[in-house]
Amino acid sequence: MSLLLPQTEGIPTPRPDRRSEPYWEGCRRHQLLYQRCAECSYAGLSSFTVCAQCHASSPVWETSAGTGSLYSWTLVWRPPDPSFRVPYAPAVIRLDEGFWMLSAIIGCEPEVLQEGLRLAVEFHSVSDDITLPYFRPA
Amino acid sequence: MPRHPFADVAIVGVHNTVQARVLPEHDSTSIALLGALGALADAGISPRDVDGVVGPECARITLELGLGPCTRRPSQLGIPALLDAAALVTSGQCEVVLVAAGGAGVHVDRSATAPWTRPTNELVVGYGLFTAAEFALMARRHMLAYGTTPEQMATASAVIRTNGHANPEAVYAGRGPFTPADILASRMVADPFHLLDCATTSEGGCALVLTTAERAGDCEAPIWILGGASDAYGPAYVVAPVWDFQPRDDCPPAGLVGARAARAAFATAGLSPSDVDVAELYDPFSFEIIRQLEAFGFCAPGEGGAFVEDGNIGPGAALPVTTDGGTMSFSHPGINAQQLQRVIRGVQQLRGSCPTNQVERAEVALCSNGGSGALFCDVLLLGPERP
Repeated sequence: MSLLLPQTEGIPTPRPDRRSEPYWEGCRRHQLLYQRCAECSYAGLSSFTVCAQCHASSPVWETSAGTGSLYSWTLVWRPPDPSFRVPYAPAVIRLDEGFWMLSAIIGCEPEVLQEGLRLAVEFHSVSDDITLPYFRPA
Repeated sequence: MPRHPFADVAIVGVHNTVQARVLPEHDSTSIALLGALGALADAGISPRDVDGVVGPECARITLELGLGPCTRRPSQLGIPALLDAAALVTSGQCEVVLVAAGGAGVHVDRSATAPWTRPTNELVVGYGLFTAAEFALMARRHMLAYGTTPEQMATASAVIRTNGHANPEAVYAGRGPFTPADILASRMVADPFHLLDCATTSEGGCALVLTTAERAGDCEAPIWILGGASDAYGPAYVVAPVWDFQPRDDCPPAGLVGARAARAAFATAGLSPSDVDVAELYDPFSFEIIRQLEAFGFCAPGEGGAFVEDGNIGPGAALPVTTDGGTMSFSHPGINAQQLQRVIRGVQQLRGSCPTNQVERAEVALCSNGGSGALFCDVLLLGPERP
């Protein structure tokens, strides 16, 4: 069909806030950071102030190995903003450290996508400040 | 027996304004205001008697109808706003509450997604996520788990769009009828959703009027709240939509959002899914009909696709669904108007006043809002008899 590619400059980009800035700094260094509770080791969907399971105020940033499995995906032909190149494949990835994240799959044809496909993170800059983690088949 | 929590409040007026792709002479306030006046006329109640207004435009409506001093609740929700309005009445804070909403002049950039679906969302914005993709990520899990097919989803869409085709008040009146093949032949938006698997966007207003049981005795056809509840797992459209996200071990995962709310609503009503005569389901995407049928208990997990494909949701079938054409065909004005419109249609079904697709002798209507891709889902049960 067509090789899935990362997006390029011009797309709407994330605006980091005070709590998420370490995550985006990590992306600029090509490190995938996530938060894990130091008390109960829960790793959540998003940056948090207290642990969503045990409510301890001890989430710490850790570096993910950047490997995981494909959990869900779609193939978009009509983007929310015309700056996106289509098709692209937003996906939910289950990281090996036990958290989910949203990203997009690149480096393969859409036909390859299937549940459990092994993936590895790959970083691509989309603006001066923002580098996005993408995933490609490992 | 304790008194039913909604025994002392009734819905006595409903109104939809004209709905259209664009209403160039209106903004959200003016069209919500027309909805409000229509609902009050329907109830036979003077605007002067309103002492509470619920909805995003409540402050402007209070000003422009000269209602001050007046209670206000600037809720952007649908069924939860209606339940809040009911609580204003049952708690004695208000005697006549107007729930009004409308959207016009908001979604003007047609090359972009409706702005109310795109909050600040740094973790998803760079990946081009939007409502169709978010619901698709939930639908994919259902396809993987149960073998649900695009044809089954298209069947739900075809039924609802054909309901809208028949409804002269729908934005897309007369644009059908539709077969599942028509849905599947439309262009792909976000796999598995084709264009006609998705809601439209449009402009319009609507309102409902609630009052005390005592005062409802003077109104023509009061409709009663038998039960209502809502489920949410977090902010909509901000984090990855994950079917198996399950913060509480003893509760359903996010993919079944609405299941707990439905159980609670049925418990309040003392009813079960088999008692429902018509389901005015919220239809942002075709898959969501299949999912809600399962989450609300109309069929077993994984059987929603077959339930739809076997002809159970059309006019005259076991459970007619979204009989006005829903957000796919009737209207989708944005924020919360299209959510309240599911309730308005439920009221019209129970009054027996639907010009099209009237369900004969409907005595229990279920209305819903939201869906899995938005991480919230609300359920309301209505009936013609005081509980």
